Amino acid sequence: MADTPLLELRGVKKHFAAVEVLRGVNMTVRAGQVTALVGDNGAGKSTLIKCLAGIYQLDGGSIVWEGKDVSVANPKAASALGIEFVYQDLALANNLDIVQNMFLGRERTRGVFLDDESMDDLARETLAGLNVTTIKSIRQQVASLSGGQRQSVAVAKAVMWNSKLVVLDEPTAALGVAQTAQVLALVRRLADRGLAVIIISHNLEDVLKVADSIAILRLGVLVAQPDKTEVSSGELVELITTGRSGTRFPGTPAQPAAPAAHHI
Amino acid sequence: MTDTNPAPQNGAPPSIPTVAGLSSASTLGDYFNNWIVRVRAGDTGALPVIAGLIILAVIFQSLNGNFLTAGNLVNLMVQGSVYMLFSLGMIFILLLGEIDLSIGFIGGVAGVVMALLVYGDHGYPWFVGVGAGLLCGAAIGFLNGFIITSIGLPAFIVTLAGLLAWNGVMLIILGNGGTIPINDGMVVNLANGLLDPMWGWIVGAVLVVLICGDMILSARRRKHSSEPTSVLILKIVGIVVAAVVVIALCNVNRGRGAIAIQGVPWVLLIVFGFAALWTIVLKRTKFGTYVYAIGGNAEAARRAGIAVNRIRIIVFSIAGFMGGVAGLIYASRLRSVSTNLDGGTLVLYCIAAAVIGGTSLFGGRGKAISAILGGLVIASIDNGMGLLGLSAAARYVVTGIVLIIAVTIDALASRGRASSGLG
Repeated sequence: MADTPLLELRGVKKHFAAVEVLRGVNMTVRAGQVTALVGDNGAGKSTLIKCLAGIYQLDGGSIVWEGKDVSVANPKAASALGIEFVYQDLALANNLDIVQNMFLGRERTRGVFLDDESMDDLARETLAGLNVTTIKSIRQQVASLSGGQRQSVAVAKAVMWNSKLVVLDEPTAALGVAQTAQVLALVRRLADRGLAVIIISHNLEDVLKVADSIAILRLGVLVAQPDKTEVSSGELVELITTGRSGTRFPGTPAQPAAPAAHHI
Repeated sequence: MTDTNPAPQNGAPPSIPTVAGLSSASTLGDYFNNWIVRVRAGDTGALPVIAGLIILAVIFQSLNGNFLTAGNLVNLMVQGSVYMLFSLGMIFILLLGEIDLSIGFIGGVAGVVMALLVYGDHGYPWFVGVGAGLLCGAAIGFLNGFIITSIGLPAFIVTLAGLLAWNGVMLIILGNGGTIPINDGMVVNLANGLLDPMWGWIVGAVLVVLICGDMILSARRRKHSSEPTSVLILKIVGIVVAAVVVIALCNVNRGRGAIAIQGVPWVLLIVFGFAALWTIVLKRTKFGTYVYAIGGNAEAARRAGIAVNRIRIIVFSIAGFMGGVAGLIYASRLRSVSTNLDGGTLVLYCIAAAVIGGTSLFGGRGKAISAILGGLVIASIDNGMGLLGLSAAARYVVTGIVLIIAVTIDALASRGRASSGLG
């Protein structure tokens, strides 16, 4: 391990009342790589991401960002670190155009007025940089875009702010075959540009196509984080469902669920 | 994964990668064709309401030859101005997807406050009365917004309560059947004053230069213009022609006797000023974008770090303020405030005006200009049926029918938009 990973989660814990959702998660995310986060429903994927986003606060463990311990107190702190999120519902306003959506909340102004020209330029540049080529006009309403194009806009919105880590929640869930391919290609390009990408997905086929490293979460514990090349899809399924697969992936023993109960 | 050419979307031809090149129209013909396509797809813009205005004009003119006279048209615009001003405030609220039922009586209260202050020989000067009235309107709007956002109550209920309560306040101040006359010359002039014909031309010329100058400058700044120069020129010609027609109409002597009545009514300038102000605010400022964003997807706006509740409170305050403006003009036109003011009907008329003008009740879609167009439609019906000697009852029926037609056209159009993906 020569280089420091961009992000390391060490023993991250989170409980809601007596329910332990995260029971000590260790995970590594490297720049220039796509790290997939997979797991069954209720494994704790969303909770983990929300901890990273500053929506939830950790109950234990630490977040190490570029080698330093950080606390992500709120969503703004996450942005300040360079972490951007693309949620499953994309958080785009259909009645606004592409540029307005990409700059929403961070508009450029000249005096009190919007600086549309410079926003146009940066939006166009960003989309072109991501090879998003199917969009006719950057001033068309988002409502007129296809699912894949919307996803592209949401991703472009996330990378426009010199972000270092982009977290994508189920980016292909609602897409057809062609558009899925388009979005996965986009994800790949992000990593090739040196960004770190975390992609949450239920679709193992997509995961195997695009990810460099696959983190498997089960019942609040990261059972393994193999490289894509080290793991077969059969093993993945086994890891997701049982938490272990043969001798190569013995799994991480779940820590006793007791402590949280004692707190209350 | 390699960068294979992504698959075509929506059946669009797979070729042309065109982030840079807009769906560009380089010639007038292209632009016109694009426009036809957009209208076909349901992006009708102001087309239905303008068509509606023409139809109304033809009907009323054929039934009564006085409809399209200069005097009547000016009268109609002045009649419509109260609805337009109310509607300008209401549009902000509708853009958020909310509603303000109290706006009519906000206007009533503002008018009463103003009238009380300027009343009598020892009354305050007009600007104190007007300022206090407007402040009152804005404050009531703020209160609406504050209650709605801080307690999380539905705007419908809060402003319904406002409709009742402020009606009551107005009645208490005025007493039973009471009337306060307005004699202050300046206040009366707000709705009744006329510009000297000469000044009408000068003001018109200045406004036209400002608007066209701005259009030309912003077209120049844009490297990727979405419209060809010929379209810009056509628009400018249109604006000049419209200005000349309106001012010429207003400058025709409408007087029947020896005294000449001519000139642009002040109130038209007031309406124009507010329409321009709110258009700029909605189109060119962060605040305007946020209003649309909240109306379109409040959750996205919240996640983008927009202080959603603050924007909502500001919007309710703006609506209250515009209610105040409209109320003052209403009072000025009648030269009095009285218990006859029907804030409930005014609210419904101004919502109707906004919707007829193309503003969506579901938030996120609408423009300031829709208040003007919708207000003109409502005023045309009022005025035209008045000329025909029909009763108020008949006017209500017709206004209701027009409203249904307007909403139906919009619904059909948005179905077109949905199926063609124009949103």
